[in-house]
Amino acid sequence: MAIVVQRPKLSLAEKLYLPAVLGGLFLTFKHFLRSLGGKSVTMQYPEQRWDDKLPPWYRGAPTLVKDEWGRERCVSCQLCEFICPPRAITITPEEIPTNDPWAKVEKRPKEFEIDMIRCIYCGLCEEVCPEQAIYLRKDYAITGYSRAEMKHNKEKLYELGGVMPGVVNKWNENK
Amino acid sequence: MDQVIAFLFEPLPFLIWTSLLKTFFVLFGAILPLVSLAVFAERKVSAFIQDRIGPNRVGAPISLIGFKKDISLWGLGQMVADPIKLLLKENFIPNSVNKFYYYIAPKLTMIPPLLVLAVIPFGSSFLTGPDGKPVPMVVANVDIGVLWVFAISSLGVYGIVLAGWASNSKYPFLGGIRSSSQMISYELALGLSVVPVFLICGTLNLTQIVDWQIQNGWLIAPWLNLEFAWWKVALGVLLPISFIIFLVSMFAETNRTPFDLPEAEQELVGGYHTEYSSMGFALFFLGEYAAMIAGSGVIVTLFFGGWSFPGIPDGTATWLPFGLEQSLPATLVWLPGAFWGFVNINVFFAKVSAFIFFFIWVRWTVPRFRYDQLMKLGWIYFFEIALVNIFLVAAVLVYLK
Repeated sequence: MAIVVQRPKLSLAEKLYLPAVLGGLFLTFKHFLRSLGGKSVTMQYPEQRWDDKLPPWYRGAPTLVKDEWGRERCVSCQLCEFICPPRAITITPEEIPTNDPWAKVEKRPKEFEIDMIRCIYCGLCEEVCPEQAIYLRKDYAITGYSRAEMKHNKEKLYELGGVMPGVVNKWNENK
Repeated sequence: MDQVIAFLFEPLPFLIWTSLLKTFFVLFGAILPLVSLAVFAERKVSAFIQDRIGPNRVGAPISLIGFKKDISLWGLGQMVADPIKLLLKENFIPNSVNKFYYYIAPKLTMIPPLLVLAVIPFGSSFLTGPDGKPVPMVVANVDIGVLWVFAISSLGVYGIVLAGWASNSKYPFLGGIRSSSQMISYELALGLSVVPVFLICGTLNLTQIVDWQIQNGWLIAPWLNLEFAWWKVALGVLLPISFIIFLVSMFAETNRTPFDLPEAEQELVGGYHTEYSSMGFALFFLGEYAAMIAGSGVIVTLFFGGWSFPGIPDGTATWLPFGLEQSLPATLVWLPGAFWGFVNINVFFAKVSAFIFFFIWVRWTVPRFRYDQLMKLGWIYFFEIALVNIFLVAAVLVYLK
């Protein structure tokens, strides 16, 4: 059985279609005047930024952090390199010499590279890191004039990351 | 030298060089700047209607010559930047196109609107010619004015159909088919809806139609000069109907929303100009906006009194505001006429600009028609209403006037 859908009955004004068009024109003109009065919602990007309105869970560029004593937290376990979906991370590990006061850590990154052209800001590296050494900070305007420039090396990553205080088991002498 | 000047002021050479001058003024002084201004206005007005700001950065790039900061000029530099961008782009031609028609189509779209402008009086008159008559501000003052407008503007469909056909690609093809059926359907309503204007004015000459409106009030509101007559009251009801049909048909003819089915971006990628880039695309763009300007010019001339405005005299006036003409030296007696002639040109383009704004305003308000709605509106409603309106106006003219 076919179901007959009742069409709504239109009055003459609705059939003429013009009152509705005029209503629409009136509405858009109201918005036009409002924008002329400077009440548009646009944010003038390079001058006005939303940096201070970013939520705490915002995922910007991945960075490496140091602790409050200026030690690098990364132990070169290469878990982030392993989990990174676009394979943006490349780590070159290095053994810590025995005369180093932190020789018990054994391993540290010689070079740590994140290719920001590949990075998809998924945050899996941050999640997987057992040492809480890699964090996604709030930098979102990562640009460069060449591919080489877009490859963040260790120095750049620490510069972006800065210091992240907090207790990590690895550094606990009593453990 | 004197001989050259004397030759230039003989009737025929005078007609030729003034016509050339007027053509150059209309083309390069009015239409081309107005097109890029209309494109800019389109972006700006659409932004304002959607609570955005629109282009506001591009201005004078004086930082190139050593200044600290550019001048933004409210984004007016976009008027220049857009054509430059289109000119400098690669003109990519797909392998499968029919080269000859592919090349000729954008030109066929752009030329008709410019030709239409030839018969539209864009001002009253300017100075005095060698025969003692003022020089009319219309490139070709021909008696078949409106016929010319319809004949030429209907050629515009060829550009679109050819572009759709020659592109050898399905979306342009669909766009071309849609536009051909749409423009043919609405040409009927367009033509029939202005027949009442000719019945009333008794002429096809656009200059004379404007003259009639100066004497009897604008055709959209014939009672405007406050002379009461029953036929004017009756026409005041009937002519707005004609005007609305003409206006909506003009939207359809110029492929503007709500009748932009030929280039419906959501359905047909870009419609008939999908395969075009660089200057070919720019010519389509130019043609669309030139058609909009020409259409506005025709509407203004037929229904809104052309260059006239109540209280503003034409180019033969001999007075200036505040009695300034009395302090003029004898060598400057032509100045009042030239001043009012200039004002008249400005009045015309102000009216045209108002209509361009209306075109843009409607585009960002009304959604697109469905194809069957479009055909129904054109063939079942507009065609019939326009036809009946002709008889009603004729009856009014016979029995009430």
